[in-house]
Amino acid sequence: MQVSLFVTCLVDQLRPEVGQATLALLEHAGCTVNFNPSQTCCGQPACNAGYEGEAQQVARHTMDVLAGDDPIVVPSGSCAAQLKHYADLFDAEDPDHARAVALAPRVHELSAFLVDQMNYDASGASFEGTLTWHDACHTLRELGVKDQPRHLLGQVAGAQLVEAPECETCCGFGGTFAIKMPEISVAMSDRKLDEIIALGVDSIVSTDISCLMQLGGRLISRGSNIRALHLAEILAP
Amino acid sequence: MSKKDPAIAELTANDFGPASRRALQDAPLRRALAKATNTFKGRREAALDEMPDWEALRTHGRAIKDETLSRLPHHLTRFIEQATAKGTQVHFAQDRAEACAWIGDLAERLEAKTVVKSKSMMTEEIGLNHALEARGLYPVETDLGEWIIQLAGETPSHIIVPAIHKSRESVAKLFEERLGAEPDLDAVRLTQLAREILRTSFLEAELGISGVNFAIAETGSFLVLENEGNARLTTSLPRVHVAIMGIEKLLPRWSDLETFLRLLPRSGTGQHLTSYQSIFTGPKRNPGDEGPDEMHVLILDNGRTDILADEVTRETLACIRCGACLNVCPVYAQVGGHSYGSVYPGPIGAILTPQLAGADQATPLPGASSLCGACRDVCPVKIDIPRILLHQRREVTRKLPWRAPFERLGFWVWARMASSPRLWRIGTYLIRPFVRFAGGSNLLSRGFCRLIPPLAAWSGGRSLPTPAKKSFRQQYEESRP
Repeated sequence: MQVSLFVTCLVDQLRPEVGQATLALLEHAGCTVNFNPSQTCCGQPACNAGYEGEAQQVARHTMDVLAGDDPIVVPSGSCAAQLKHYADLFDAEDPDHARAVALAPRVHELSAFLVDQMNYDASGASFEGTLTWHDACHTLRELGVKDQPRHLLGQVAGAQLVEAPECETCCGFGGTFAIKMPEISVAMSDRKLDEIIALGVDSIVSTDISCLMQLGGRLISRGSNIRALHLAEILAP
Repeated sequence: MSKKDPAIAELTANDFGPASRRALQDAPLRRALAKATNTFKGRREAALDEMPDWEALRTHGRAIKDETLSRLPHHLTRFIEQATAKGTQVHFAQDRAEACAWIGDLAERLEAKTVVKSKSMMTEEIGLNHALEARGLYPVETDLGEWIIQLAGETPSHIIVPAIHKSRESVAKLFEERLGAEPDLDAVRLTQLAREILRTSFLEAELGISGVNFAIAETGSFLVLENEGNARLTTSLPRVHVAIMGIEKLLPRWSDLETFLRLLPRSGTGQHLTSYQSIFTGPKRNPGDEGPDEMHVLILDNGRTDILADEVTRETLACIRCGACLNVCPVYAQVGGHSYGSVYPGPIGAILTPQLAGADQATPLPGASSLCGACRDVCPVKIDIPRILLHQRREVTRKLPWRAPFERLGFWVWARMASSPRLWRIGTYLIRPFVRFAGGSNLLSRGFCRLIPPLAAWSGGRSLPTPAKKSFRQQYEESRP
């Protein structure tokens, strides 16, 4: 299957190894991966902060970059949800609205794509240690992805999944919120991390690099050695 | 609406930033909030486990609200006809000044020395107590939580649990200081004491003021839901009962109640039914009957027709004030209700307050959310709160374009970069070393980091992520020429 990879700006700039793992994973699943290096950002920061014109401008560019019929795979639920919601940015009469509507069904979050589209078997991967899953808000509530990553992690040799009761609670990132209201944002992280530290797991795993940046950054500040890992890094063959 | 007199009384929503930072330093407050919000969340979830048709019920509830709002003048007219026919006197007020003046005049006509009140968000919204106090009348709050708040000289911090921010210990201390109670009483003794004191007020009161949860157009009836029996005493012992409601409280038919009497208590407190459901359809008809001699309904607009006219945000008026969105909100759980500077806190407050008072009166509130969507998931009438928050953020940047000039400039530059692959490549290539440097632990790095506001804000409690030496696209292009 031909797929188009939208790697996201954060993975591109901050964690290219997650992009490499995603690429390897998709190829291992039997996909031919097309990565268009003209891609930039999904535009969510501007959309979140209320800058509609800027969000539209970036959305138009991204729709140009992702033109075609292939499924688009995104190693981030939040960016995938943003791509799926491009239509909300444009008036119904705007030709870009129709383009956005056509784009939406092609967009897939990585774990949902692997399970629902590829019926992927992750038993070839191995991981030593205990981990807990963080349900990123947009992955869970915008895309309805909850079981797929757990299904995959269950197949990984050696990985022991320990559920945190507050697994669905927001990590506190929230895009520009993390910068505009940093004290609240950090307090929200601490609420999650207190629980996760008490669980005694080795790693927090998610499919959103933004949540991992938030939780991982806070873990380092707190002097914890729990790692914040992307799902692709665990599953990579 | 003048700036000095916004539709919501005692509004300080523009101070959300400093107020929330103060709240974060208040350890007892945060403990009380965590305990209470977790309790209500848990009770709600347990109550929903027994409701396999919950989704259908929510959809139905919302459909009734949409139907009502789409023909509000029709339903209001019907309600007035029916209520008047049953002997209820119906009045209108445009804003809070009119409403407070009307109730003050009524109290003076009755020569009321004691006025009792049951819990009502509308009376909080219009600042009724303070308005009456200015005329020498001192209404007594009779809901236990509201009474505690009144005793403490505070405002409610939750829509249905006004004293949610107070621990049992702090209430015991308050009763000791203000009422001369024995120190450190337990919850039962505290409640007994409140009951004894309030009983006298109930028996003396000439006027009882209540809110309205639902009003039925078909029959001219209205409902008050409560758990303490205080609203029943407030509305039945005094000679005159005034119920005050917003125009959006209507339901078309009696049969619609069934849906909302199931939705509201489960969402708010996790109860199957609210303990006391009082339905009022006119005053007493014969001298020997129970109930008040006079029954008044004061219907208040206070900015609601403007909300109704806005098709993007209209669904805000579907809210039934259950408070479920507050209990699940991770921001509310950290900062509490007072931080919002409005009688309507939490997610619903964040969208309602700017609409009632004007965007410039509550500019930080649309941003006081991580847009996690937990509020939308629990809302019994499916209000899409994150969608409205985003809309309001756009309104703030549109109406107050120079509120944050550097942010605006930043996004302008960023959008040009992000829509040009060449600029993006060059820009990110140039920025990465700076961010790497800012993340270093030496003095120079830390000094540099403090100079760049977004980096400084991030690194206050979080380690800065280290940008890669080579981006993914560089690695990709090098490995696949």
